[in-house]
Amino acid sequence: MNRSLYAGRKIRNSIFLSLSVFAALFGLVWLALILGDLCYKGFGSLNLKLFTEMTPPPASEGGLANAIFGSVVMSAIAVIAGTPIGLLAGTYLAEYGRHSRLAFTVRFINDILLSAPSIVVGLFIYEVVVVSMGHFSGWAGAAALTVIVIPVVVRTTENMLLLVPNGLREAAAALGAPRSTVIRIVTWRAARAGIVTGVLLAIARISGETAPLLFTSLGNNFWSHDLNAPIASLPYVIFEYAMSADEGWHQLAWAGALLITATVLTLSIVARVLESSKRS
Amino acid sequence: MDAAVQSKAKVDIKNLSFYYGANKALKEISLPLIDRQVTAFIGPSGCGKSTLLRVLNRIYELYPRQRAEGEVILDGENILNSGVDINLLRSRVGMVFQKPTPFPMTIYDNIAFGIKLYERMPRSELDGRIESALQRAALWTEVKDKLRDSGLSLSGGQQQRLCIARTVATKPEIILLDEPCSALDPISTAKIEELIDELSAEYTIVIVTHNMQQASRASDYTAFMYLGELVEYGPTEKIFTAPENKRTEQYITGRFG
Repeated sequence: MNRSLYAGRKIRNSIFLSLSVFAALFGLVWLALILGDLCYKGFGSLNLKLFTEMTPPPASEGGLANAIFGSVVMSAIAVIAGTPIGLLAGTYLAEYGRHSRLAFTVRFINDILLSAPSIVVGLFIYEVVVVSMGHFSGWAGAAALTVIVIPVVVRTTENMLLLVPNGLREAAAALGAPRSTVIRIVTWRAARAGIVTGVLLAIARISGETAPLLFTSLGNNFWSHDLNAPIASLPYVIFEYAMSADEGWHQLAWAGALLITATVLTLSIVARVLESSKRS
Repeated sequence: MDAAVQSKAKVDIKNLSFYYGANKALKEISLPLIDRQVTAFIGPSGCGKSTLLRVLNRIYELYPRQRAEGEVILDGENILNSGVDINLLRSRVGMVFQKPTPFPMTIYDNIAFGIKLYERMPRSELDGRIESALQRAALWTEVKDKLRDSGLSLSGGQQQRLCIARTVATKPEIILLDEPCSALDPISTAKIEELIDELSAEYTIVIVTHNMQQASRASDYTAFMYLGELVEYGPTEKIFTAPENKRTEQYITGRFG
């Protein structure tokens, strides 16, 4: 054995290991700082009034009730509208299209949509919905979020269906089941946990989106459940209040940011649990 | 082939060729599958025996670029004709795969799935059909108290018998078995071979196997294939004791393959 060769390799190994560990820690430190700062500033502002009172005028007390409601409603509509479309499109790509030219094109466009800046989506909905309606509205906000939900669900649905072994499809087809029955009763069921995970990740993705709402739902300082009118949302309130000089508004912005982060964290954990329970 | 054997054929394969893209995997195969007898396809890996099996229920059509030429006459009708309803064909020609493939649902629903595809019946009758299918597959006593458990909770051997029960439950005329025991232990294998023997009273069975003993134990007729060609076909006893072809003899005695 050549000792110096071995010693040199050992040194190179420890240098490489240190660099990798440093890079990993460097990334984690910032994440920890952000979360720590958020918790430190946000927890102090958490109280029941957040959920019962409206967004206040400057220098007065209030809550985020209208913004929470607006966010929940618009996200819910986006998920209800976007999931079936995403699910069916993903199913087409994985089960029917696969290698066809159409599937290739759809997959390519979907990838672009998936990584398109969300402000572009906002501008698009502004042109198509806000301008033609003549005013900002909750519907427009929900439409913008739907456009963001669809590509996420398409992608995860396709990937999860591709993980289902072909043997299962063959077994169902061999009993005389038509393609659509095989998909609905066997492959969707086999991929269910993964598909639900995709929907949860889509909700997490849209819950913090601000840019598409700026041009669509705008904001509203009063309680409104009229989707034909501008409606409040958490990201918009955070954006507005964080940039102000009012200390009360700052507090509410921190509280709102904490609420969104907690929601995303919960959804991610549920998604992880679902995925691991599927594997076992 | 003598006329007596020919007349009892459930399926007549005539000049069948098969292509994966440009690759010709089966070369002008002709043989009968005798009604209510067990026919074994044997041969070394890649000889085309599974491919031949997969033509019989046209399962290969799930994939693009695979195609068959020639004739497969089932009860007088060429099943390769484009007018044939492929789902109805598969309900008549059941298939059990190498790897057990229970669906991600309860044991009960695994079997009910196939029945419900083509029949409507009251719940009590469905219960009866499921019980008898499980009994035929020698699985009833092991699962009768846990029909609501997932099919995935069973052992490998039990899963394979569940798949056989599922196939039998739809009352096919022919059952295709693609190396059904290759993933199983010897005890499960023995159970399944016993089952094949019982089922052959009612069904025309085709089994692909790598196991010479299995072919000689479980089948009535044997077809030896090599490089996409049918080398020899005949009664199993004759193939295993007095093969006409030298390659057949070499293969069954373990000298090549």
